[in-house]
Amino acid sequence: MTINTLSQDGVQRQQMPCLTKMERMIISMQDPDMGIKLRNQRLLITVIPHAMTGVDIVEWLIKKFSISDEEALHVGQLFIKYGYIYPLKEPRNLILKADDSSYRFQTPYYWMSTRWPASELDYAIYLAKKNIRKQGELIEYEKECYNALHKRINHTWDFVVMQAREQLRASKQRRKADRIVLECQEQAYWLVNRPPPGTQDSIDHGPERRTMNTRVQLNAEFYKKEIEHNRISLARNRVKSSICLESYVKYCEQYQPHDPIMQGCLPSNPWITDDIMFWNMTSETVALPTKLRVERWSFCFMELLNDPMGRKEFLTYLEKEFSAENLCFWQACEDVRHGETAKIPEKVDEVYKQFLAPGASRWVNIDSKTMEKTLEGLKRPHRFVLDDAQMHIYFLMKKDSYPRYLKSELYKNLLARAIVPQETKKSVFPFMRRQRHSSPSPALATQTAEDDGKAKNSNSNSGTASRL
Amino acid sequence: MGEMEQMKKEAEALKTQIEAARKAVHDTDMASAAAGVAPAPQVQLKTRKTLKGHLAKIYAMHWSTDNRLMVSASQDGKLLIWDSHSGNKVNAVPLKSSWVMTCAYAPSGNLVASGGLDNMCTVYNLKTPVIKTVKELDAHTGYLSCARFLSDTEILTASGDTTCALWDLETGKQKTVFLNHVGDCMCLSLSPDMNSFVSGACDSLAKLWDVRDGQCKQTFQGHTSDINAISFIPSGNAIITGSDDCTCKMYDIRADQEVICYQDAALNSGVTSLALSTSGRLIFAGYDDFNCNIWDSLKGEKVGVLSGHDNRVSCTGVPEDGMCVCTGSWDSFLKIWN
Repeated sequence: MTINTLSQDGVQRQQMPCLTKMERMIISMQDPDMGIKLRNQRLLITVIPHAMTGVDIVEWLIKKFSISDEEALHVGQLFIKYGYIYPLKEPRNLILKADDSSYRFQTPYYWMSTRWPASELDYAIYLAKKNIRKQGELIEYEKECYNALHKRINHTWDFVVMQAREQLRASKQRRKADRIVLECQEQAYWLVNRPPPGTQDSIDHGPERRTMNTRVQLNAEFYKKEIEHNRISLARNRVKSSICLESYVKYCEQYQPHDPIMQGCLPSNPWITDDIMFWNMTSETVALPTKLRVERWSFCFMELLNDPMGRKEFLTYLEKEFSAENLCFWQACEDVRHGETAKIPEKVDEVYKQFLAPGASRWVNIDSKTMEKTLEGLKRPHRFVLDDAQMHIYFLMKKDSYPRYLKSELYKNLLARAIVPQETKKSVFPFMRRQRHSSPSPALATQTAEDDGKAKNSNSNSGTASRL
Repeated sequence: MGEMEQMKKEAEALKTQIEAARKAVHDTDMASAAAGVAPAPQVQLKTRKTLKGHLAKIYAMHWSTDNRLMVSASQDGKLLIWDSHSGNKVNAVPLKSSWVMTCAYAPSGNLVASGGLDNMCTVYNLKTPVIKTVKELDAHTGYLSCARFLSDTEILTASGDTTCALWDLETGKQKTVFLNHVGDCMCLSLSPDMNSFVSGACDSLAKLWDVRDGQCKQTFQGHTSDINAISFIPSGNAIITGSDDCTCKMYDIRADQEVICYQDAALNSGVTSLALSTSGRLIFAGYDDFNCNIWDSLKGEKVGVLSGHDNRVSCTGVPEDGMCVCTGSWDSFLKIWN
């Protein structure tokens, strides 16, 4: 998880929940009664107020959260990395030591959630102040930053120096202890937000995670594979977005009546009315299917095949046309693909005997090329050995038998006889209770105008809408 | 080192060309394509059931194909099988390791699986008089983040060791290992035809794999942080991903690119889980800020919120018949909404 991510539209997005949690802990650590006991700390000759030791922090965490030493140290370390606590003695060393080293809480002004924009200008002023205060105070990388900034924002450099001088003058007015505290706070802030090169920027990287290098080596072998993969990817055929999106829109629209959350369902949604009639009516073994279910078979061939009842109906139709062996073959192939591995060789053998062998009782019509390839593969049967043949028969049925089935009397009769369930009334108590529905879709109200064809359906649906 | 630098450059150059090819076919966006569609109504789903029984954070849940039973996994060390409609706990499976991160229900309803920081995927048989452990699939070198059954004989797993694997449940061995990610794999989703699956990882990429030959067929980029949740849309032509960068994206497989991004300036927490309604129109995305937002996938707008949990929403699921949405949370409750 990264704290700071720059999204594509250039918006910085910080993981606030993580920071909020940290800050809640920091605040409770500073609670006057239950928090860490702060004391004055001697730094050279000055006394720094409100300081604590590393041991204090670790022990407080252990006591408060009933965790181990190791975990307390780890959590405490996070506070320092994200700038909520800073060390006094060695400010550049952002680690938590479980000894008597002194630490202080950072002022909320500098907290990450305050999102004080750490701009270039502010950083320049900070560096300038350091430079003016004591020549040679800036260390290597700071010197480089200073020079780089000097070049980059040269036009406002006078302002920078002026501001720096002004801030230094104002700080001289303060008591020494206060001044040192403010300097420490500011320094701590910049150490977190402008870390020296080479150290991991905790803001951009988030909590430390094991790097990829321990699992995937970014070596020549890796790049070789990448190049190969990219080459194949480049050569792929891409479909125009307009076509893809159009088909997606069509799908959503076609399936909307079948989406119970969008459009409710008849007789009633079992989750709302506690009436399980819907499940009874749509079970596999029901005598007469619902209209919606039969309609769905006409959306695409897979819808028909995925419904056991649909398969049964289709098989009946194919038997009339003397091409039932196609569906049986397809089902047998599915069984091979999804069944037990141990049984594959014997299943494949059965399939060959029944459907593929010359003179087989239920011989299926596959083109010679596919047949040749399949027979070759049968010498070493595996789960997908029948895929090509299955695909061929699938498309045969899809292009030929399926459209004719949809136009057939068998299908049309079933569709006419199919049930449109009556909406059930829920009576909870002896007195009639108003029926609860999920908020009816205003789309339903508009749909009644459009769907005059589906008279029965729309009447019931609009009934649903108006009842609320 | 010069040679490796060369290769790196070549790989990058090819990537740039791929981006150009993608741009070339991107002749319209979702907003234009869906302009004629009526906006989805403001969806107000109510909690219909609250399933109480877990004693610690719930990390995962999965519906059974019968639309009533579901399995949920919690770090109290238990898998609970619920008859969600009545609210009864049908079974409780004690886990050897309480650090569970995922659970799955087999399409047949006979098996469930769980896995987590123990690096193993354990499969249990629910149909024996006493629930038995059928297999312990032990070969990953990292935590198990997601598992999905293809049938009673095969299961797919995604792991923190950056690989996904297809296992044979009879032998307990890995049949295929899918190697290409460079970050922890966090989630996976099977295509409706079960010939391929997609995985999302901490390298902010989503990859499409062929189950049969183990090859990575396509890579989708665009996210700027870990992808925590991924799902095929019902038609199987596109995928939706949810990420720590606080956005969800839809990638179309045939166009080989991102087609829309679901984001809101006010949303500042990562996406932990997602599920789609039957038509694919509604996306239910669980976020770190304790809410589950509902997106209109065509219009790219937020049309509702499921709020009621007291802690992060860690998992969401829509059953096959699309009757409701279930959300599981770190507050130890599962809620059913519609």
